[in-house]
Amino acid sequence: MSAQMRRLMWPLLVLAGLLAANLAVTPGFFEISVKDGRLYGSLVDILHFGTPLLLISLGMTLVIALRGIDLSVGAVVAVSAALACEMIAAADHPGSPATVAAAVATALGASALLGLWNGFLVAVLRIQPIVATLILMIAGRGVAQLITGGQITTVRSEPYRRIAAGDVAAVPVTLVVAAATVLLMWLLVRRTALGLLIEAIGGNAEAGRLAGIRATGMTVAAYTFCGVCAGLAGVVISANTGSADGNNAGLWIELDAILAVVIGGTLLSGGRFSIAGTVLGAVIVQSLSTTVYTMGVPPESALVFKAVVVFLVCLLQSPRFRAQVAAPFGRGRPPRPAPTGPGLAPSEEDAVRPTATGADEPGRQEVPR
Amino acid sequence: MNKTLSTAAAAIALVTAATACGGGGGEGQGGGDDAIVLGFSQVGAESGWRTANTESIKNAAKDAGIELKFSDAQQQQENQIQAIRSFIQQGVDVIAFSPVVESGWDTVLAEAKSAGIPVVLTDRAVETDQKDVYETFLGSDFVEEGRKAGQWLVEEYADSEEDVNIVELQGTTGSAPAIDRKEGFTEIISEHDNFEITASQDGDFTRSGGQEVMQAFLSSDDDIDVLYAHNDDMALGAIESIESAGLEPGEDITIISIDGIKDAFQAMADGKINLVVECNPLIGPQLMDLVGKVHAGEEVEERITVEEGVYTQDEAEEELPDRKY
Repeated sequence: MSAQMRRLMWPLLVLAGLLAANLAVTPGFFEISVKDGRLYGSLVDILHFGTPLLLISLGMTLVIALRGIDLSVGAVVAVSAALACEMIAAADHPGSPATVAAAVATALGASALLGLWNGFLVAVLRIQPIVATLILMIAGRGVAQLITGGQITTVRSEPYRRIAAGDVAAVPVTLVVAAATVLLMWLLVRRTALGLLIEAIGGNAEAGRLAGIRATGMTVAAYTFCGVCAGLAGVVISANTGSADGNNAGLWIELDAILAVVIGGTLLSGGRFSIAGTVLGAVIVQSLSTTVYTMGVPPESALVFKAVVVFLVCLLQSPRFRAQVAAPFGRGRPPRPAPTGPGLAPSEEDAVRPTATGADEPGRQEVPR
Repeated sequence: MNKTLSTAAAAIALVTAATACGGGGGEGQGGGDDAIVLGFSQVGAESGWRTANTESIKNAAKDAGIELKFSDAQQQQENQIQAIRSFIQQGVDVIAFSPVVESGWDTVLAEAKSAGIPVVLTDRAVETDQKDVYETFLGSDFVEEGRKAGQWLVEEYADSEEDVNIVELQGTTGSAPAIDRKEGFTEIISEHDNFEITASQDGDFTRSGGQEVMQAFLSSDDDIDVLYAHNDDMALGAIESIESAGLEPGEDITIISIDGIKDAFQAMADGKINLVVECNPLIGPQLMDLVGKVHAGEEVEERITVEEGVYTQDEAEEELPDRKY
């Protein structure tokens, strides 16, 4: 089992548990049929409704790997959705593919600009990412409301609707978009040295600089990519309902995205990141919502339910917690050496770490010591 | 020090009053000295419903010859308290506002009372243990809206002995409309044995929320007869899901929703929604009527319900052009 697989094992286990629980309550949960020439079923729903979150999480992964954070993605979703819908609604032929293409291009272009703005604040002006992106988080939603005039803009455009409701050989377009983005990102950062450079800067910016990596350009690019991902998510969200809601589109999705990235094993402190982990994280977060709906968890307890599962994932991912739980059972681990003196005693972590977590998890060390 | 402070405060108040008067005078219609001055503080402009509410109040004030000083609180209680205080300082005749939140109004309401300015609440109520700090509360009765929805459903299925399975899309958990609309609906439904709410989840009052939850309902349960949505937006989102499941909204699944926005009337005219219970934002004329009465010192009831209708598909087409929001 590779190091990567081992890291993903715990979130995978939780996801399997969630799906199994659903299967127990709703026997038809795993059924996938074809309705109107399109795949249909709970599992498809999870991926379909999870697409916007997945897209944003992918962008967020790179930003977090660079030791940053982007709080503005929800606002960018709203701006992108508002722009696309307003353009289509104002066009002479809302149903023409050219109109839709122009609207989507404008929305994505604007999102890229917003991402670029974030990157500029963070990399060039050196404003703390959390503060820099907070500006756009607040202002962006205002901009979205300005664009829509505070109203929900409804569009009646078949080509735009097909972005969400259409299919490519029975596979929903949303899934195709998600898969294509994952593939593109993987090719970009994992088949080139880009990912390595990002990890280098995120792990130790100064060392990266001394090694000759242009951190500024890289950071700006990462925030721009994140903006485009959020813009794409905005297009998908608004195409889904055929409307743009400046107040609610993508509201709090930045928190879900950060959660998805963290569940996937990317550290908030920057450095190593995992695309597969993020995909898994986003699917878990979305499965949680679907589980609440299909199992009929009362809305009053839904948040508690979600919190408990997330807590569980975090506990399982903590090497220290796993070691503590496993300790009483021994598992053939060499007994802990008796302390020989106050100064010489190996710390608890040192005793536990080598066996329980393995040396393959260098990034998982708590706080730099 | 104290004296400078209070002088400064007075000066600021004067300036505020002067600018506000200037603004009011600019768009006023020269009502003269005897025109009633109404200070109104709105929650914000968070939805089409709210915008229609604001428009209605502005237009009705113009029609009634009442001078309106309008202030937008942008969802902040502090802004609203500030606006009310400035109304008191300007010595308006009547103050009206839609409270952003329920509690924390005691002080400012007492100030208005001691200044002898009557207060009218609109749309939302406040929590207070003091007596007579406001004259009346003009707003929708959410429980009644739920009852109306339930009543129509029961009558619609009066001939049917079979079980009727209902799924419910709730508004944001804990919000007053969500609690009350559920309560009113359940009250009527529970009197009949063959009606059952099989699933009920939070759709957050949004289209995407309604769509996602409805999709989950449809995937896990293939015997849904009725959808009851706490607002139009969730119903509109759910319609997308119902269609993608290969079902006919309005035919295979009866859809009831509350609010009465234009898009919902359009959907109803298209046969996709069966009933819309109105939650009427156009309270302007009723409010101006009340303001006149309160100003004249007449006794008004403590709770006044907004006039609201119930619309079915037959009336949708006809009503559609008149929908303002």
